[in-house]
Amino acid sequence: MTTLNATANTALVNRARVTYGIVLLAMGLFIYFFFGLNTQSGLETTFGLNLAGSQAIPISDLVVPSQLTVYLMAGIAIFFGAFQLARGVKATGALIAIIGATFIVAFLTWAAQGKSFNLTGMLSSSLVRATPIALAALCGVVSERSAVINIGIEGIMLISAQAAVVTASLTGNLYLGLFFAILLGGLVAALHAYLVIRFKVDQIVSGVAINIFGTGLTSFVSSRFLEKNTDLLNNSGVFPVVSIPVLSKIPILGPMLFENNIVIYLTMLLIVALHIVLFYTPWGLRTRAVGEHPKAADTLGVNVYLVRYVNVILGGMIAGLGGAYFTIGSVGRFDEIMTAGKGFIGLAAMIFGKWNPIGAFASSLIFGFADSLQVRLQILRVPIPSEFLLMAPYIVTMIVLTGVVGRAIPPAADGQPYEK
Amino acid sequence: MTEKKKSKSKSSEGIGGGSLGEALRVPALAVLTGLIIGAIAIVASGSNVFEAYSALFIGAFGDPVRFFSGFQQLFTTGETAGLLRAIYPFTESLVTATPYIFAGLSVALGFRCGLFNIGAEGQFFIGALCSAFVGYSIVGLPAYIHLPLALLAGAAGGALWGIVPGYLKARFGAHEVVNTIMMNWIAFRLSDWLLNGPMKASGFRPVTPNIEHTAELPRFFPDPLRLNWGFILALIVAYVLYWFLFKTTLGFEIRSVGANPDAARYAGMNIIRNFVLVMALAGGLAGLAGASQVLGVDHWVGQGFSAGYGFDAIALALLGKSHPFGVVLAALLFGFLRSGATRMQSMAGVPIDIISIIQGLVIIFIAAPAIIRWLYRLKSVKVEETVLTRGWGK
Repeated sequence: MTTLNATANTALVNRARVTYGIVLLAMGLFIYFFFGLNTQSGLETTFGLNLAGSQAIPISDLVVPSQLTVYLMAGIAIFFGAFQLARGVKATGALIAIIGATFIVAFLTWAAQGKSFNLTGMLSSSLVRATPIALAALCGVVSERSAVINIGIEGIMLISAQAAVVTASLTGNLYLGLFFAILLGGLVAALHAYLVIRFKVDQIVSGVAINIFGTGLTSFVSSRFLEKNTDLLNNSGVFPVVSIPVLSKIPILGPMLFENNIVIYLTMLLIVALHIVLFYTPWGLRTRAVGEHPKAADTLGVNVYLVRYVNVILGGMIAGLGGAYFTIGSVGRFDEIMTAGKGFIGLAAMIFGKWNPIGAFASSLIFGFADSLQVRLQILRVPIPSEFLLMAPYIVTMIVLTGVVGRAIPPAADGQPYEK
Repeated sequence: MTEKKKSKSKSSEGIGGGSLGEALRVPALAVLTGLIIGAIAIVASGSNVFEAYSALFIGAFGDPVRFFSGFQQLFTTGETAGLLRAIYPFTESLVTATPYIFAGLSVALGFRCGLFNIGAEGQFFIGALCSAFVGYSIVGLPAYIHLPLALLAGAAGGALWGIVPGYLKARFGAHEVVNTIMMNWIAFRLSDWLLNGPMKASGFRPVTPNIEHTAELPRFFPDPLRLNWGFILALIVAYVLYWFLFKTTLGFEIRSVGANPDAARYAGMNIIRNFVLVMALAGGLAGLAGASQVLGVDHWVGQGFSAGYGFDAIALALLGKSHPFGVVLAALLFGFLRSGATRMQSMAGVPIDIISIIQGLVIIFIAAPAIIRWLYRLKSVKVEETVLTRGWGK
């Protein structure tokens, strides 16, 4: 039996080795043929490292010869591909990083040949664009760690986004808007929790119903009230950017991390806080126990229902913060269906981040990067239709979900109702 | 309010009694409760409920006064114009119901196999684009070849959009809910590009050219009435799906996989093949929904063509309890609601989005019959619980 398993394992390892090797080789050739041959020799690519209007200490920009850099990237990919085929490396994470990094560097160098590309600006906007995705992912992490799937994040974010902008416009107080967004997020999540815990409604069906309800409600309110009274109800302004003294002076990192608005600071704070709560406090231990084996947790005196209610509502409040980001955190206005699938992308980020707050944030950054890349490339007039660039985050989500890049295991009881 | 509810529940019990009444009771009460809460929303938004709901009724079925005068005209002068005008709202409701039948069947088929197809919207759009492409790009074919070809293209396009998440689910366990939604967004972006580029008709608007007459689904009545063979086709497809699910071995396999995949695997059924097959068929059905809309009603495709059909289809499948005949009934109901809501919007100024609110509520009530039973003090009955979906990649 063990020998059988061992042979099966070696076969699997071999297959993985060959697959990664071939992918690396293919990537190298792809870079050479598509980017390398299309890059004119003698041109230079400028990567801007300073953000206009930021307080960071200015540093000199990074200027590289375009063609040489692209060829270098092709060379690196082919070298590692050949090495992988010949010897085999177990560190798949490093291989994926090489595949991603060579492609992105080559792609950007090619796209910005003879032009200037602001790298710091893009990294900074990646974080901004990752914020709603990260918040959706955190909402997912908190509720799914207690084994309740919440697929209605999109609907919750829409309702909160609208509540935030209407409250803030009416009262002129953005913090009141933020408060109501979080409150409403918690309330809708409480409805979800009540349906799936008390009535044992199928969790996915309840989530979908919340999405439909949220879309319908916000569109109804929008076309009935907001469109006619834009100035009174749908014009709130946004949270100002707050620079943190000293830290914001650091080049590159300063403008990226320490010149943001309150929603983004709260998000970063939440990531750290949730990590500590989930893994270093009694409540986190109870939550994870309820998510893995509710019966055992119940036997030891943990109130399974209470833990689930609290976690789902907490998750809803986090999603409410995410909703507030869309309006009072970024544009100051509500548009119908403005979340554009971010709630679902957040769920993919949660899975990719292995139901872990920090992992979820890291994978949200990848989606944020893909999202902001597409905007920058439109500015650079890359000869690829912008619609295809807009598809990138969705395609990345689908690839992530296949588990090709590392299998994720959900909490054991995820999605199952608990019966005493 | 409670008095009213109690009397309603009694009357519905009076109608019911048999097993059919038992099966219809919860959906009927769910719709009723949805309408009552919708009425509250209408009042809250400052409109007149009576005015709104009577506009909804006339918009859905037609004005009884016009029916009367139409018949009078037919018997006295032999003219049919008056009667045709009277049945116009009713036929429009059937026209609206046609894509709902197809799309609802698509989601219902998925449920039968334990798959949640939220991608009907994208499949619908891609199906419509494919049939439109065959419809306008091929010139000079006779109708008996061109029309089936255009329908087939729609089904194939939808099927392709369904196979991708189906395969990813079967092979990698990637959850179909997220993947079908991603496929929806990819379909929207792709259609943005197609309608502004390769498939754009000459002119300013991002729409496809009109399809050839040979690809159109024939209509039953002269022009303003748009009822066409698509409706009959939808009914036929619903019957075929019923036969397929309940009278064939393959249908039995699909239902077994849906009811208990582990048991089905031990019985030697191929789970992967069933998942891919069902998602392909479901995508094909949603594609046919788009095809019927473009070939029978609009004759061209524009942006936002499929807006809302995917989510409506979920409500339909739940409302119809994933049974083809139930879906047809639910689709007719939604056809009447949607068609009537258009008139309600123009006559009473109530935004059409109110229907989405009602739908969201109806889904919740159908999925949680306990709420309805508690609300109307119904006796709980033992019903066979069908598993609709599962957690991530299990």
